[in-house]
Amino acid sequence: MAPFRRLLRVLPRPSASFLVPLIAVLYVTVFILLPALQVVAGAFAKGLQPFLENLTSPDLLSAVRLTLLMGAIAVPANTIFGLAAATAIARRQFPGKALLLSVIDLPFSISPVVVGLMLVLLYSPTHGLLKDVVGSLGWKIIFSWPGMALATIIVTFPFMAREVIPLLEEEGWDQEEAAHTLGATSWQVFRKVTLPTVRWAVLYGLVLTTARALGEFGAVAVVSGNITGQTQTLPLFVEDSYKQYNTELAYGAALVLGGVGLVSLLLKVFVERLVGGVKETKPMN
Amino acid sequence: MAPTIPSAMAPSRSAGRPAWPSWLRLSWSWRITWIYLILVLFLPLGAMALKALAVGPAEFIRLATQPEALATYRITFGLSLVAALLNGVFGVVIAWALVRCRFPGQRLLDSLIDLPFALPTAVAGLALAGLYSKNGWLGAPLAAWFGLKVAFTWLGVAIAMVFISLPFVVRSVEPVLRAMEQDQEEAAWCLGATPRQTLWRVVLPQLMPAILSGVAQGYSRAVGEYGSVVMISSNVPFKDLITPTLIIQKLEEYDFASATVIGMVMLAFSLVSLLVINGLQVWGRHWQTNPVMAG
Repeated sequence: MAPFRRLLRVLPRPSASFLVPLIAVLYVTVFILLPALQVVAGAFAKGLQPFLENLTSPDLLSAVRLTLLMGAIAVPANTIFGLAAATAIARRQFPGKALLLSVIDLPFSISPVVVGLMLVLLYSPTHGLLKDVVGSLGWKIIFSWPGMALATIIVTFPFMAREVIPLLEEEGWDQEEAAHTLGATSWQVFRKVTLPTVRWAVLYGLVLTTARALGEFGAVAVVSGNITGQTQTLPLFVEDSYKQYNTELAYGAALVLGGVGLVSLLLKVFVERLVGGVKETKPMN
Repeated sequence: MAPTIPSAMAPSRSAGRPAWPSWLRLSWSWRITWIYLILVLFLPLGAMALKALAVGPAEFIRLATQPEALATYRITFGLSLVAALLNGVFGVVIAWALVRCRFPGQRLLDSLIDLPFALPTAVAGLALAGLYSKNGWLGAPLAAWFGLKVAFTWLGVAIAMVFISLPFVVRSVEPVLRAMEQDQEEAAWCLGATPRQTLWRVVLPQLMPAILSGVAQGYSRAVGEYGSVVMISSNVPFKDLITPTLIIQKLEEYDFASATVIGMVMLAFSLVSLLVINGLQVWGRHWQTNPVMAG
């Protein structure tokens, strides 16, 4: 209690205090900096050579390929949805608009595991709601890449819409109206007026969507079946290697994955600087 | 004709095609939005709701309150609360350090705050498990000096939850603190308030909506978290098993009914927390524009 009281006494006079920064630095060091350093140290625990050898393990490479596939499916799909939803919703008022915006935000508050569970209950060949349809069409969705891609899409689709909608709401209608009056078709207006207006928001949304799509773990874990070399994305590979006591391999893959996170963080800061807007922080993973 | 986005661009122009009733005249952008939402969100949500309905009310309650599930609720919701409150206190301190202090390494500290949001959860889980393992940088001294075992206990679960929800309070308090006029604190000082009175009566009340909103967001995130917890937890029921992991275990045992029911409990929590967070944010905006009325 005594140090807490002392902290309270110095709080309103920060110029005279070094306690506040000290506590902040200690807390962040223990909970964030040390874990981050742990990944690097773990990956290079036996030196550079074993680390590089680990990177060429065929299972890891197949996990990287599958992870990139997830990104290649989820990012374009969600970009199309985000732009469509933004042009549809942003610039008009209608009853239930706030509700619709909350619905679009929903995947952010649902646990990723529940997202995966919903897909299993829908598409599972034995217990799913659509098991007859899935069975008769011969599709393999659960325990296969389509289900994993769908899970990735669900957890990442709010990012793009959330970035583009506020920007369009701010910009107003005038330029589009002018283009229409001058005889542009709707598609031309969208391509030449709307899209350039929102380009930074789209770029920002792309960074966030990609980062999350490549790093998603919980939702994909439920639907993947986790078959090494087949339905294992990089995050699943990290967990599996760790469970198999293949610690160096796990850290190697984690460093690659952490690199993706770090690059996306830098890109995000870079876009923020370019736009010069307010800094905002939302979960990317 | 190329795919167009016609009436989205000009809502007033959508008249002209007489054949369709007005509520069916949707522009391309609306069609894409609805089809996508139905396929990606409503269909899976509906499947889970129907499966839960098929269980029947009595069985639903029995499965939702089976002892194993109750134990995971206690662990998940309890530890998340501890983590969120801890971050509530230290988040304010960190935000204060970032806004009101100047010290070496401040920029680095600022960037580090975002790391839990950017780092994939599997990486975070592995890092924490390694750090707090019995040979880890922090795990070894903690065990030697205090006899504390962190990895594979509930303590490790709590630490993973602290990690994952740390940025929320910092990032929601920071802008409010930045916008706050320092005159008020000076006025309080001129009127003879002690620093402690200024803190409790002038500064903290203004920050409260932002703090609560950050704590609620962090709490909601920690409750749903899976990736960073599963590796540091031993996943033993009644000890440190969290609810999301229990859902996966139930699925692996082909106990679909239990998984569905427990999933519905988690979903209901998500919806409530979404409402609470929205409410807190509205309150915060209202407070900032008109603190007297809001008070």
